[in-house]
Amino acid sequence: MKQLLVLGAGTAGTMVVNRMRRLLDAEEWMITIVDPHEIHYYQPGFLFIPFGMYSRNDVVKPKRDFIPIGVEMIKAEADVIEPEQNRVKLTNGRTLSYDFLVIATGTQTRPEETPGLMESEWQRSIFDFYTVDGAVALAKHLRTWQGGRLVLNVVENPIKCPVAPLEFIMLADWFFHERGIRDEVELIYATPLPGAFTKPVASRYLGEILERKNIKVIPEFLIERAEPDDKKIVHYDESEVEYDLLVTVPLNMGDDLIARSGLGDELNYVPADKHTLLSKAHDNIFVLGDAAAIPTSKAGSVAHYAVDCWSENFLRYIDGLELLPTFDGHANCFIESGFDKGLLIDFNYDVEPLPGHFPLPGVGPFSLLQESEMNHWGKMMFRWIYWNTLLKGKELPLPARMSMSGKRSG
Amino acid sequence: MATRTIAGKEVQVNDEGFMTDPAEWNKEIAVEIAAEEGLAELTESQWKVIDFCRAASADLNGKSPTLRQITTGTGVTTKELFSLFPKGPAKKVARIAGLGKPEGCV
Ligand SMILES: Cc1cc2nc3c(=O)[nH]c(=O)nc-3n(C[C@H](O)[C@H](O)[C@H](O)COP(=O)(O)OP(=O)(O)OC[C@H]3O[C@@H](n4cnc5c(N)ncnc54)[C@H](O)[C@@H]3O)c2cc1C
Repeated sequence: MKQLLVLGAGTAGTMVVNRMRRLLDAEEWMITIVDPHEIHYYQPGFLFIPFGMYSRNDVVKPKRDFIPIGVEMIKAEADVIEPEQNRVKLTNGRTLSYDFLVIATGTQTRPEETPGLMESEWQRSIFDFYTVDGAVALAKHLRTWQGGRLVLNVVENPIKCPVAPLEFIMLADWFFHERGIRDEVELIYATPLPGAFTKPVASRYLGEILERKNIKVIPEFLIERAEPDDKKIVHYDESEVEYDLLVTVPLNMGDDLIARSGLGDELNYVPADKHTLLSKAHDNIFVLGDAAAIPTSKAGSVAHYAVDCWSENFLRYIDGLELLPTFDGHANCFIESGFDKGLLIDFNYDVEPLPGHFPLPGVGPFSLLQESEMNHWGKMMFRWIYWNTLLKGKELPLPARMSMSGKRSG
Repeated sequence: MATRTIAGKEVQVNDEGFMTDPAEWNKEIAVEIAAEEGLAELTESQWKVIDFCRAASADLNGKSPTLRQITTGTGVTTKELFSLFPKGPAKKVARIAGLGKPEGCV
């Protein structure tokens, strides 16, 4: 029997085992997936928790429900990958051998890396929403907050879901408006980027929307430390921004397993070919999802398109054929903008997000880079699609590779 | 694509003044761009960072290293980088080292 071993049962790992159990012959291939946690989080839902739109219950399900029959699931943490021996040691002492390994251990937030964040004021006046506990604590705080200056700060890029901070600040605008205290609240977005978003055209469109919503952007802000007692964040160049309420998107890093195995870059992401997802160092290791050091967004939609391309390629590879450079970095993200509206962006390695319609030219139903109610419903439907279609590795009626039809330049 | 003369040599630059061909770069050019950036004389520590970025870029398909890649690779802390190349060290070093503008993120 041959062994396909998958580390991490999050979005990418779960899709991989579902897809592969269907495609690989059960007489020939064993599939094993390893993860220390029992709960699968619908992470895009964390965004809605602080504003009371979702609760904890809306974003959790048992991981087991999504692992198909015929896949062995081991509840344990991978301790170290030994690529020369084609094996993985688990922290519980067990060792697993593999013919092919898929690393899908994702990325996590590290608030402890920025001095001041996790000290006396953590979850008092400093919150995060990239973890379920952070989002729930912030929801509780916002229920009684009387207003003041809310500063949202992204510590460093890359972060998973690079649009989530923008969505957060736009939803905050709507939330305080609904509560009748928008005039009491100053909204500030302090980002290390030169503008509202990473790519020029989208940055311009989104920048204008923020301005209309009276949200101030402080670009190129690189936090060195927070001073929780004085309620301010301090840039490496010593400039300061004061806050009453700080919402941080902490440093994102891959799991320490990657560092322990000597497989990662300076942020514990694994270098991989951006078109085939094959590890640059080992020809029987693939990297899928947020764990990969490739120049596209760390997002569930990207992981989905990557798994689509990868699974066909993997079947070729085990037949002895070469891998085709099929994955184009396709990302497709709904951006919730408050007041029951949203935007949509669609881009890849070569093409930045552009205005237009998706997926049908001139028709949509989704509009690119423009606020619409349809886009909001797209975002809200995404949760159902995530649990019922995406994770189970079913095909979506959308092409994996990006299409230029329906897009206008800038 | 425009060209301009720096330290007596004609080089290609983009509209933001970043050189587009790292092979056209030399140390005199670095000194002159540094002066434009307000750094009168380049110290040994500044050269260490510049040299690292040139070498790193060769491994990154010509892209400029990020701030974190610079700090990890040189052992110079971010704080020190901000004093060596005030206001946006990653961008400033990239310009002086004749590399492209550091890409934001995706
Ligand atoms: C607030 C927020 C909003 C988001 N919004 C969107 C959105 O709107 N659209 C979108 O497409 N994406 C969104 N995302 C991003 C999306 O959730 C992630 O990109 C996606 O989940 C990545 O999948 P992954 O499998 O790579 O990582 P994950 O789903 O995070 O899974 C990683 C798994 O690896 C396991 N693991 C880690 N270390 C080990 C180890 N040593 N051994 C074994 N297992 C290990 C973990 O327990 C985890 O289960 C959002 C994320 C956040 C936080």
